[in-house]
Amino acid sequence: MSNKEWPLWEVFIRSKQGLSHKHVGSLRAADAEMAIDNARDVYTRRSEGISIWVVESKLVTASDPREADALFDPADSKVYRHPTFYDVPDGISHM
Amino acid sequence: MNREQALFEYTLRIADDSLILGHRVSEWCGHGPILEEDIAMTNIALDLVGQATNFLEYAAKVDGKGKTADDLAFLRYDRDYRNALLVEQKNGHFGDTMARQFFFDVFRKLFFEGLTKSTDETLAAIAEKSLKETKYHLKHSSEWVIRLGDGTEESHQKIQESINNLWRFTEELFFSNDVDTMLLESGIAVDLNALYPLWKSQVAHVLAEATLEIPSGTFQQKGGRTGFHSEHLGYLLAEMQYMQRAYPGMEW
Repeated sequence: MSNKEWPLWEVFIRSKQGLSHKHVGSLRAADAEMAIDNARDVYTRRSEGISIWVVESKLVTASDPREADALFDPADSKVYRHPTFYDVPDGISHM
Repeated sequence: MNREQALFEYTLRIADDSLILGHRVSEWCGHGPILEEDIAMTNIALDLVGQATNFLEYAAKVDGKGKTADDLAFLRYDRDYRNALLVEQKNGHFGDTMARQFFFDVFRKLFFEGLTKSTDETLAAIAEKSLKETKYHLKHSSEWVIRLGDGTEESHQKIQESINNLWRFTEELFFSNDVDTMLLESGIAVDLNALYPLWKSQVAHVLAEATLEIPSGTFQQKGGRTGFHSEHLGYLLAEMQYMQRAYPGMEW
């Protein structure tokens, strides 16, 4: 018997309310079809979703946590990137 | 036998197939080969027990003797169960369980498709609901039969053995007697004779994809539909009924 583990898959579910698929977790499956079935059984058994995406975890490229300072801290001091410096003319509602 | 008695008997067959197979599959809970499959099988078991509840509630009503669905599920003796022999067979290894499930699911999907057109509105409505679940069960079991058959040399050999061993219980799924004859006249029952060739061709299709052989010349076992069961059912009932037998009327 082989003791090799099946590949890991990341699971994304779109709920009834939400427009986009959200990452909900991961699971193991031998192939993509099985990953969809398993995701259905593990993550939608309480009516959480109406659509499932799966992607093999090894295909996800992630940012390096050690580079977090360089990647994300510089944005902290750039408040002008938020559109909060405009004078809203009178008569414009829903802003 | 009047119409009510026939309808009771007929509904029990459907209910007992779901109940006994549901219990069998539930035995995998906590023993699945991987967590994901464990959950998948538990879901399937719950679907089946849910179907059994619906059919048994209706059977109890048709029976009209003041019994509940629980009475029928937990307080009958083995000779009173009407499930096919296939569903009471032991789980064996995972391939055995999947082969048993596959044979049953192909039958069940065809059967429920027919039952949705029944002139009995309650049976038709429960069939409609159960059909969706069954389609998923069939997808799940077919994929496994294909995966194991067309997998490694060892998995191929094991699932072929499972197919061969269980083949002798398949024709009983299409058993019919005077109960069917009576209910076919009023459009309540499904014509099982018409389903058999469809079952066989659908099974052949999946087995071909799985590179598996269809057994031939196997002696076909019968008896479950008339209450003559294999020894395995007694052990199953002993476990399933234990709580109600030991503590009558117990609720939680």
